[in-house]
Amino acid sequence: MVLIYIDQADQQIKKSSLEAISYGAALAKQLGVTAEGILLGTVTDDLASLGKYGLQKLHQVADASLNHFDAKVFTQVLTEAAKAANASVLVFAHNLNGKAIAPAVAVKLHAGIVTGANSLPDTSNGFTVTKTVFSGKAFAQINIDTPIKVISINQNCFGVHLQEGACALEALSIAIPAASTKVTTTHKVEGEIPLTEANLVVSGGRGLKGPENWGIIEDLAKVLGAATACSRPVSDSDWRPHHEHVGQTGVQVAPNLYIAVGISGAIQHLAGVNRSKTIVVINKDPEAPFFKAADYGIVGDAFEVLPALTAAIQKSKA
Amino acid sequence: MKLLVCISKTPDTTSKIAFTEGNTKFDENGVQWIINPYDEWYALVRAIEMKEQDPAVTIHLVTVGEADAEPIIRKALALGGDEAIRINIQSNDSFVVASQIAAIAKEGAYDLILTGKETIDYNSACIGSMLSGLLDMPFVSLANHMVLNGNTATVKREIEGGEETCEVVLPAIVSCQKGMAEQRIPNMRGIMAARTKPLKVVEPIAVQATTSIKTYDLPPAKSGVKLVAADNVEELVRLLKEEAKAF
Ligand SMILES: Cc1cc2nc3c(=O)[nH]c(=O)nc-3n(C[C@H](O)[C@H](O)[C@H](O)COP(=O)(O)OP(=O)(O)OC[C@H]3O[C@@H](n4cnc5c(N)ncnc54)[C@H](O)[C@@H]3O)c2cc1C
Repeated sequence: MVLIYIDQADQQIKKSSLEAISYGAALAKQLGVTAEGILLGTVTDDLASLGKYGLQKLHQVADASLNHFDAKVFTQVLTEAAKAANASVLVFAHNLNGKAIAPAVAVKLHAGIVTGANSLPDTSNGFTVTKTVFSGKAFAQINIDTPIKVISINQNCFGVHLQEGACALEALSIAIPAASTKVTTTHKVEGEIPLTEANLVVSGGRGLKGPENWGIIEDLAKVLGAATACSRPVSDSDWRPHHEHVGQTGVQVAPNLYIAVGISGAIQHLAGVNRSKTIVVINKDPEAPFFKAADYGIVGDAFEVLPALTAAIQKSKA
Repeated sequence: MKLLVCISKTPDTTSKIAFTEGNTKFDENGVQWIINPYDEWYALVRAIEMKEQDPAVTIHLVTVGEADAEPIIRKALALGGDEAIRINIQSNDSFVVASQIAAIAKEGAYDLILTGKETIDYNSACIGSMLSGLLDMPFVSLANHMVLNGNTATVKREIEGGEETCEVVLPAIVSCQKGMAEQRIPNMRGIMAARTKPLKVVEPIAVQATTSIKTYDLPPAKSGVKLVAADNVEELVRLLKEEAKAF
């Protein structure tokens, strides 16, 4: 059985988990086993409708104390759940919480793990998972050599696929260990689309000259419904917050569309964005290295091109 | 207060990534090795800052690797660790690596174990989490701020679209990322001092690898950029909608 960890925040299932369900369902089909989910805590989503992503059964530990993420507690509860359900493969989203717990759960289950998988495993001869390595500069095909396997999948690598089907619900009762951390405050940037969950990203570099000029990036992001990102020197200079820094030493993203404005395209920057499906580069220097990694480009001044582009997109959406 | 900082050796960020032996081995030819930036800039420097504030803090560094990892661990000592341990085994399997560190951690009874958020070569982000599983310790991942207050650490951790602050009672494991500290350059005094700091080499414990790398591939090259004139943004919008189906 393939067991998919369904991650929630603020009592809502994360989009990355819907993708993990689609991936886990496809994998279960490939292996001829069932696709089941495990949810910790309580959510407001309609759980039976998770069948439309391919989930056949959902195990839920519906204890409100699990609405706060605690890596140690979640590891223990998930380990128990995986044992009780006799899972042979566990699937996580390679998101912030998945990174925190998937390897620990793997250790507890004596399972081999591949994090950051990009596609379904090849199960024709063993169990081989392809993952990105060298921060997106290469791929590795890795065999998992243990009876139980754990995979966490890169966000936006598989997509959310809808199908017909209903999901059975099963309450699971597991003793919940004492909390190991105490959350004192939570701070969310209102109305902002989380970068790692975004389908569309508009990113600005040093070419924008200063933080006061970010309005044109934000306007474009707004008409597209995109998240905003930046290059490293931009966040190092505190023009933008650290969590917007993409690249080899920042966030790695793989949206449908990445629009890079006033970014030269240094190798460390490209490493974090080159899995984007479509890359658009706007730069006034025709020799900027980023054009070599781009699908579409405009050689021009961002301060002129961006407002025009924003207006054109707005018009096309009207 | 005893701190253990995990240090990994990775290729420099500008290294050309290539493979040999039928794409089964990373080509180390001409590669410059650095301390994994997350380990150095954030985990190690934050540990050093804590020691500067409280001289009762000792910092041990641990690396899992063969003799060729020594220049890296000496550089880390030059930045500021007290002593280092090298576990003499090279492995690409996160479980093997984490098990080695866990063995050292158990012996040393550390209050706080710091790792970088991930390495920039295998990007597995596994070691901190695996250590928490192996040692049954609390784990706070992707931290960008941390202060100690007695035996409690107050840590800011990234969450989707924001951050949360949490308190964790030591011993604990924290994985570190940007915001935690500022990059430092080792000075001459540090470099001289590092030469005589203890670097203990220990033999690995026996553990079975759980994964094996079959082959590597490079991503397909882009077919070439389509340029659109700066005064014709409507054409770009059309291409993005109709050709790329980007939105
Ligand atoms: C160990 C290490 C790790 C690193 N990690 C990262 C990382 O994770 N992410 C990252 O981004 N960088 C990283 N870097 C830094 C990287 O090498 C580059 O220095 C950085 O990406 C450059 O940022 P930039 O493109 O914004 O600025 P610049 O290189 O200064 O480029 C600015 C660009 O803007 C263009 N421009 C100027 N004015 C305009 C205008 N009016 N309209 C349009 N275009 C204009 C210019 O032609 C130029 O191409 C790392 C470096 C090192 C050494």
